[in-house]
Amino acid sequence: MAVVHEASDAFNVREHGHHHDEDALRIFGFWIFLTSDLILFACLFATYVILSNHTGSGPTPADMFDVPAFTAETIILLTSSFTCGLATFAMHHGRRGLMLTWLIVTLLLGLAFVGLEASEFTRNALAGATMQRSAFLSAFYTLVGTHGCHVSFGILWMTSILIQAWRKGLAGEIPGKVFIVGLYWHFLDVVWVFIFTVVYLMGVMR
Amino acid sequence: MRHALLRHARRWIAALTTLGCAGGCTPEQVLLLHPAGPVARTERDIILLSIGLVSIVVVPVIVLLGYIVRRFRDRPGNDAPYQPDWSESPWLEVVWWGIPIVIIGILAVATVRQTFALTRPPAASGPPLTVQVTSLNWKWLFQYPEHGIATVNYCEIPVGRPVEFVLTSNAPMNSFWVPQLGGQEYTMAGMAMRLWLQADKPGTYYGHGANFSGQGFAHMHFRVIAVPQPAFARWAREVQAHAPALTWAGYQRLVQPGLARETAYSSYPPGIFAHLVEQEGGMYMKHPAYGTD
Amino acid sequence: MNLEPTYATHFFVTGDPMIYAADVSILLVSAAIVFVLTYFKKWGWLWREWLTTVDHKKIGIMYMIAALLMLFRGGVDALLMRTQLALPNMHFLQPEHYNQIFTTHGTLMILFMAMPFIFAMMNIAVPLQIGARDVAFPYLNAVSFWLFFFGALLFNLSFVIGGSPDAGWTSYPPLAEVPFSPGPGENFYLLGLQISGIGSIATGINFFVTILKMRAPGMTLMRMPLFCWSVLATTILIIFAFPVLTVALALLLIDRIAGAHFFSIFDGGNPMMYVNLFWMWGHPEVYIVVLPAFGIFSEVVATFSRKRIFGYASMVASMMAIAIISYFTWVHHFFTMGAGPGVNSFFAVSTMIIAIPTGVKVFNWLMTMYRGRIRMTVPMLWTVGFIPNFAIGGASGVMLSVAPADYQYHNSYFLIAHFHQVLIGGTVFGMLAGMYYWWPKMFGFMLDERLGRWAFWWFNAGFYVCFLPQYVLGFMGMTRRIYVYPAHMGWTEWNFISTLGAFMMGVGFLLLVADILYSIRHGERDVTGDIWDGRTLEWSLPSPAPHYNFARIPVVTARDAWWAMKEARKRGEALPDARPLAPIHMPKNSGLPFLLSLSFFVAGFGLVFNWYMLAVAGFLGVGLCLLLRSFAEDKAYFIPVEEIARTEAALGRV
Repeated sequence: MAVVHEASDAFNVREHGHHHDEDALRIFGFWIFLTSDLILFACLFATYVILSNHTGSGPTPADMFDVPAFTAETIILLTSSFTCGLATFAMHHGRRGLMLTWLIVTLLLGLAFVGLEASEFTRNALAGATMQRSAFLSAFYTLVGTHGCHVSFGILWMTSILIQAWRKGLAGEIPGKVFIVGLYWHFLDVVWVFIFTVVYLMGVMR
Repeated sequence: MRHALLRHARRWIAALTTLGCAGGCTPEQVLLLHPAGPVARTERDIILLSIGLVSIVVVPVIVLLGYIVRRFRDRPGNDAPYQPDWSESPWLEVVWWGIPIVIIGILAVATVRQTFALTRPPAASGPPLTVQVTSLNWKWLFQYPEHGIATVNYCEIPVGRPVEFVLTSNAPMNSFWVPQLGGQEYTMAGMAMRLWLQADKPGTYYGHGANFSGQGFAHMHFRVIAVPQPAFARWAREVQAHAPALTWAGYQRLVQPGLARETAYSSYPPGIFAHLVEQEGGMYMKHPAYGTD
Repeated sequence: MNLEPTYATHFFVTGDPMIYAADVSILLVSAAIVFVLTYFKKWGWLWREWLTTVDHKKIGIMYMIAALLMLFRGGVDALLMRTQLALPNMHFLQPEHYNQIFTTHGTLMILFMAMPFIFAMMNIAVPLQIGARDVAFPYLNAVSFWLFFFGALLFNLSFVIGGSPDAGWTSYPPLAEVPFSPGPGENFYLLGLQISGIGSIATGINFFVTILKMRAPGMTLMRMPLFCWSVLATTILIIFAFPVLTVALALLLIDRIAGAHFFSIFDGGNPMMYVNLFWMWGHPEVYIVVLPAFGIFSEVVATFSRKRIFGYASMVASMMAIAIISYFTWVHHFFTMGAGPGVNSFFAVSTMIIAIPTGVKVFNWLMTMYRGRIRMTVPMLWTVGFIPNFAIGGASGVMLSVAPADYQYHNSYFLIAHFHQVLIGGTVFGMLAGMYYWWPKMFGFMLDERLGRWAFWWFNAGFYVCFLPQYVLGFMGMTRRIYVYPAHMGWTEWNFISTLGAFMMGVGFLLLVADILYSIRHGERDVTGDIWDGRTLEWSLPSPAPHYNFARIPVVTARDAWWAMKEARKRGEALPDARPLAPIHMPKNSGLPFLLSLSFFVAGFGLVFNWYMLAVAGFLGVGLCLLLRSFAEDKAYFIPVEEIARTEAALGRV
């Protein structure tokens, strides 16, 4: 894609190294997107906090949350954020193989997280704690589920970028893409820290 | 100054509405300006105050616009000054940041004061009367815990006594509004909200549900009949003696969607109001008002 | 794609002849469109030039056409309502029809008329004003448009299939929950808004980045045209407010299709939480649609007074103040919820405070005209017409903010009159001013001034005749959303007058359409590119601008950049731009935004009827489109210098 043309116009710098400029634009835009996504989660958190004691005939948070399970989920996701950071680090040093390895580790950890969460949801639902039971459960499944959907989407996205990086190497748009998906992954990690605190810890401690 | 302003505004509004109503309606039909109780009167006064205050800005703006557009038109031979680069004037800016700030300041003080005042019962001779109001699809149920009676789509209140309306809903949210007695408040499932109203003179006042609640909404009007205290006591005794009782089954029929006629009941199943509020989410809330039941 | 007005299903069911006619006309119009496209072999042209375009100018035009169509449909809704209310106890509409009509009227006007209209103006003007070749993310821009389009289509489809929503444009639960609104109508509302809302967030991000990162060299923030400032403020509002709507709609949808209990009466749901969420978006939304109008007025008033805008810094400060304060006023939409005097006082005062910067803007517009030379063109007419309108509407807004008084105004016709006065007087007047102003830039010809003046006067006069009586009706105790009213309340005369006014506005709209149709054939051609003697960079370009906008990115040295260049030229100081042309990097057209949004539409349609297989298919389509885009290689190209030189020469520019 590298089209070479004469640098003739001081004010047309945008034409040069447009990949770099476009990457900068995309990264800035993605930060703004994360801001709006953060608002979305903030609303879900507010909803959850308001409804968390509206348990109706259903279980309370303390009845339902399984400390080892959510601790495991937390450790796995935090670790995946770390490995994702290692992948970006490797990329900045031009070490494609290492980057791919760390991305694969991140993906596996992500899959484990989603699997654990799905099994937690299934276990609760089979025990009768479905989202139709009470407002608390509606808010719980929606907040945690929205995060889970984000992670699942992130897995698909990262997989697609992994394939591209594997095929094309670290040329052109790839570094920017890896960086952005990494931002997304770290963002989900931060959101999870809040879920861990507000939903799980405060739930079992109440 | 504020009172002189108010008086002026009142006179102007009266003149304008008389003029406007020349077509066929009467000035008395402008309900907001013809309050029949202290709450509505307070609200009318602050409405007039606000009209006066906003006029201080609106009228000059419109006059100024008319002048400028005439004076500075791009016509051949227009000798008005033309200064294409004149675009800053700290003094002018101070003026029009300053004037609105002062106006809003005055209005804000009045607003905050009245907002707090209206949550207290209006001063009056007698002890307050509590009426529990439930909006249903698409009718109004009034319960009088003091007398154990209930009415549908109308209620009687004594003149000169503050009335504590306690509002809830057993259907989509509505809003309880009797313009001549005072402003409205929402009726919401699972909540019991308090609204103080009072009538100072006997009469029949128009009331209407103000928040859309579905198909029969347009028909949700009711009458509030204010009568002197002895007549009110007489009416309550008569209802107790002669009206049919509202049974649990009868209540269940009332809850069904549909319209209803004005009716009175000599009694109602005890505790249905509180029960309803609790069941529909009240158990999770702090209630400003339950009334006695 | 047919966006004609129709209430077909419901009237169809009751066999109303008026609706049979509407139905037939929809069919005929659709058939005619298909026939014309086929006969003139225009399908390929449609696909290549429009459906796949990523050019902000074309996207802007498509937004504008959609907005005008929706304005028409929403206007017909309004006329039906006003006809029903002309006299007491009318039997023109049944309550269920009336309820559907006011619900769709509100939803369409806010979300599918005002929003696309501001997006139209943003798309048409912002990149040209800041000296950019496109927005930051042209592909995303196309995605935004098609999401809006298919969201609107889904919403409009409810008239033909399944029945339209009837719980009001605010769609408050529990009324909007399944027990009280069992049909698919509410689902159409929720999904239509959700899909177009995703597009709105994307547009917000896109223009925020565009304005901050794509300005021409020398154009500092404080040299930006005020319209760009207004768009910047609006995008900030969109970025922070629209996710809240997304959540409110999503939770209600989960309630409806999965049986959750966010807002239900039983099992711990809390309906008032929806009301809070809705207005946390809803109040900023009011400013989202009115701030760009303020921006347009600022451009128009300066151009047609031949004078610099007065108090530029003050204008910027006031817009930013409005944007921020507007997040702290939402409770004034439900003072009567009885949240307590402390809460009500806070929100009453914050609402009043927002009137201060708004008032300052009005004075600055007045002072811009003062000692100017005012040319009463049609854009200027709409601007001058806006000022008294907004002064009165703003005043009634301050009156409404007085919490104790609001207990009397709330849900009455006073409120109706107020928000129509600010939304029509502000947003609609502003958008029409912008449309007339930038029309030559979009199409290369002017809209006829004489017809435009007629349209303005009918619409403006009709506006006052329609809405001033409604203030009185509010004082007389008439509540909103009632389809009949009793005869003895004295409301009849005022309602009748109001209906007359509504029809006058209808005449105004028809004249506007007539103006467009007439001018397509007979409008004055704009050969200079600067037909209004403008002040900002878009007027430095030919009309319509070439698809790359600027052959050379301009260098800005002052506010009102183009005016400064013209002044320099007059003084003989300006040297011709000696910079040689360079190849221009441009994004390629893509059909994916269309297909992606179509997939969203399919998924949404499936969810409306709980047809989960269809919904899954739609979401798979979405995923596939995202993947295709992620793997796409050939997304941009360079326009060679020779082609630029050829285009510029053909446009008379060298």
